[in-house]
Amino acid sequence: MSSLILTTTSRLILPAALIFSIYVLLRGHNEPGGGFIGGLIAAAGIAVHAIPRGRTGLIALLRVWPKALIGAGMLLGIAAGIPALLLAEPFLTQQWPFASLPIGTTLVFDVGVYLVVIGSVLTFLSYYLEN
Amino acid sequence: MEPVFALAFGVMVAVAAYLLMSRNVLRIVLGLLVLGNAANLSIFLAGRLDSRIPPLVPAGETMLVGGANPLPQALILTAIVISFALVAFTVVLFESAHRRLGTLDAEAMREAEPRPAEKSVTEPRRSAPAKVTEHA
Amino acid sequence: MTLLALIAFPFLLAPFAGWAGGRSSPLVAAVPLLLFIGFAAMMPYVSADAIVHETHRWIPSLDIRAAFRLDGLSLTFALLISGIGTAVFLYASAYLKGAPRLARFYTVLTLFMASMLGAVMADDLMLLVVFWEMTSLTSFLLIGYTPEAAASRRSAQQGFLITVSGGLAMLAGVILLGTAAGTFSITEILDQREAIAAHPAAPAIIILLAAGAFAKSAQAPLHSWLANAMVAPTPVSAFLHSATMVKLGVYLLARMDPIFSDTGLWITLLTLFGAATMLVGATLAMRETDLKRVLAYSTIVSLGTLTMMIGIPGELAAVATVTFLIVHALYKACLFMVAGIVDHETGTRDSSKLGGLRHYMPKTALVALAGGLSMAGLPPFIGFASKELVYETSLETSGWWLVVAAALLANIAMVVVAAIVAIRCFAGEQTSTPKTPHDPGFAMLGGPAVLALLGLVFGAAPGLVGESLIVPAASAVAGYPVDYSLSLWHGFTPMLALSLLTLALGAFVFLRWDSIRPRLAGISQIDSWGPDRLYDRAMDGLQRMSTWQTQLIQSGSLRGYVARTLLVISVAGLATLLIRGGFEMPSFAGALTPDVTLAVLLVIGALAVARARNFVAGIVAAGLVGFTVALLFLVRGAPDLAFTQFSVEALAIVIMLAIVGRMPFRERDYRPSRERVRDIGIACLIGVTATLIMLAVLAQPFDPRLSDYFRMTSVPEAHGRNLVNVILVDFRAIDTLGEIIVLGLAAVAAAAVLAGLRRATSEKRP
Repeated sequence: MSSLILTTTSRLILPAALIFSIYVLLRGHNEPGGGFIGGLIAAAGIAVHAIPRGRTGLIALLRVWPKALIGAGMLLGIAAGIPALLLAEPFLTQQWPFASLPIGTTLVFDVGVYLVVIGSVLTFLSYYLEN
Repeated sequence: MEPVFALAFGVMVAVAAYLLMSRNVLRIVLGLLVLGNAANLSIFLAGRLDSRIPPLVPAGETMLVGGANPLPQALILTAIVISFALVAFTVVLFESAHRRLGTLDAEAMREAEPRPAEKSVTEPRRSAPAKVTEHA
Repeated sequence: MTLLALIAFPFLLAPFAGWAGGRSSPLVAAVPLLLFIGFAAMMPYVSADAIVHETHRWIPSLDIRAAFRLDGLSLTFALLISGIGTAVFLYASAYLKGAPRLARFYTVLTLFMASMLGAVMADDLMLLVVFWEMTSLTSFLLIGYTPEAAASRRSAQQGFLITVSGGLAMLAGVILLGTAAGTFSITEILDQREAIAAHPAAPAIIILLAAGAFAKSAQAPLHSWLANAMVAPTPVSAFLHSATMVKLGVYLLARMDPIFSDTGLWITLLTLFGAATMLVGATLAMRETDLKRVLAYSTIVSLGTLTMMIGIPGELAAVATVTFLIVHALYKACLFMVAGIVDHETGTRDSSKLGGLRHYMPKTALVALAGGLSMAGLPPFIGFASKELVYETSLETSGWWLVVAAALLANIAMVVVAAIVAIRCFAGEQTSTPKTPHDPGFAMLGGPAVLALLGLVFGAAPGLVGESLIVPAASAVAGYPVDYSLSLWHGFTPMLALSLLTLALGAFVFLRWDSIRPRLAGISQIDSWGPDRLYDRAMDGLQRMSTWQTQLIQSGSLRGYVARTLLVISVAGLATLLIRGGFEMPSFAGALTPDVTLAVLLVIGALAVARARNFVAGIVAAGLVGFTVALLFLVRGAPDLAFTQFSVEALAIVIMLAIVGRMPFRERDYRPSRERVRDIGIACLIGVTATLIMLAVLAQPFDPRLSDYFRMTSVPEAHGRNLVNVILVDFRAIDTLGEIIVLGLAAVAAAAVLAGLRRATSEKRP
């Protein structure tokens, strides 16, 4: 599906989608958004970039197989639960290390969700991309 | 207005069920798409459609009074993504089956569970259970 | 902490044992040796009326504790397990040198030892069950040491199935017992023994516990797995299948004996099965030529003797049980290792092909003789004292003639087996063997030599073992402090006459063995109708049944499965509504808001999907349904859901359209119209069911407590104002973790399917 229009517009869409997805991810705790939506937006942006460029284009962009994103995301999700264990609390009791800043292990967890969603969607998509 | 949506939910379930019983596997995929939406709708309805206000605590306040029910939304959010994965995986399985067997007819996809009549011709009796477990 | 440390030690050192054993280093024996020293150090704290207790939290919600108890019986077992373990580990380091999979072997062997120690020290019945099953599992892995061989696989499976089935019966018994007593603590159960023996469930408890013990301790008719387990390497046979694991059933019976010792059913069951096992084992031992199988059947005889002795009430029986337990473990492990040495050095363990080995391996001959004399029960070996005790107990029993006859027969078999292993192979003329034998080194001969020597030392000075082990252990079996002084010589008594008769008959059978054995071996009915064949038939039957059942339930028609599932859901749902009176209608008043147009759109979209003539039209119609649901989310206060749904719908349409070019979508449905009518019927039924259930749900008043909890606590406790996101990543984060794992695994699985497909297509078109 190599289309000149798609190839050209995707150059603009990809960075916009990625920046927007990270914005949605970060604001998710207080406004509509979060890892799931952010991940889907990023995946859609990458898909638009990859469809005209094929599987090689996708790998060239990501530098890794999409499956690696899934593993990284799951690890982050699990890692977010470890601090609680060290403090002898139930697994995944989220921690807020900075009293004044609203940054805690939930952010690590949500980034994990974000990566798994991107990885999964792109794994499914990668097969349907032309080489 | 929930009862009206309950009727629509029933129609969606019936359509999904009808499609799931198709012999053409692509219709089964369509059935799964409709069924996923029906399931999400049912969770949403069970949590009631009382409010049009999103469940966001206004900045500077510590609690929310009223607003839409947040719990079903959290359940549905993951369910949407999971049902997408389910449909995508099903499509992959069916495409794989189509490539290998050259058919989209669910009744013809019997490599793992051949009809008893076919089996007695093609295979000796004792290997039958082993065959089942291999593909299970 | 001491007891916990003693049990944790071998579990923690299992990897070390695997490492050291993997390079066949004798250092591997350090693990059991250190344990033996540890348990020996506990001896001063344990006596007829002193018991060491220790309790740790484990599953408080189920009132199950990691409680341990070290009394005379446990300590005796622990010393046997770790002591014989030392000999066996050392022996194996030389015997198995160069064999494959050694690291795994020693790891499993150490885990077995650890589970065995846990089982005999557990003071909680549930803990006992866990360790008990772990010994079955490790035994399975050790019997199946050579998975390439079909016999090895079959024996491993047989042993596992029989012991684990028994374990299941035992678990039921344990649950009954725990319910009857109101506790799983063995100590507390023993404290209320009269109440339990009189409990109406007592007969069921006895039968279930005995079934577990009989399966584990190879009582007839569940004995055949033990003889087949001889396919395992000899160190395993010496350790698990003579000295320790098979005694676990006996341990359970001995542990429960204080409760049921005066119950008629307990006495009858144990005495009869014990006697029958002795008879069966003695007969089968006489048919074999394979040294290890001969020894295995004699182990069955011994296990029968132990069961029978436990069944007999009284403190003398308790002393006889414990003494025989120790004596048997010493000489049987020794003789098994001797049989292994013979096999290792000559290349055969067929007793009919062996003779005159004393010329090649004099030291081994000496060890074999010492072990054999203890087994045959000759003074001054401790075996003599043990045999006298068995006879003395038998003579004092009511119905003594049956018990004495069984004991006499068993002891004759012992004499014959001892003579076959210790005399027949080593005395007489030299025979040619596949390999030229010579005495092995210290690693292989040291363990058996020490065990044989102990038989002599304990016989010469019975007080050494009597006061410190036998009396405390017998007290545990009897349930009260026993006062007994063990001695070798009892004077001229009826027991001595029986001993002499045993020896004379044993010698007679041994001398005529060459004519007796073939005659017994010729009885083909034993082979064609014995429990071993019955086991095969049962397994065949099981396989036939599963084939039949699979054909019945698994028709192979996907649509059939779906239709049946939907029907069951409909019928069950409607029946519940009908029976529980759930047909309630919510109020439709005020239902006609503008949003209702969305419901109409949903119905139109759904019907359009059902009527779609081609796949693209179907996708578009399904997209309409999806976007309508997203719109509903948007207008009803769920922007997160709406955005997610929009993105997913967009992605789904991209992927769906991508496959359109790859798979044909036939316009016509494959279904004939008759089937279509049936399917529409089922679909309408499930649709009506779903609607009625949904309406019944909506007619209930809404319970907002959980939602309100999130509304109140989200900001103060989780520092987030978007409740949906806070629930996902904080309050219910484990659920979300599970969901992203599901999502990821679905993608990985799909990738695997597709990779396989790509490989298949590239192979077809190279």
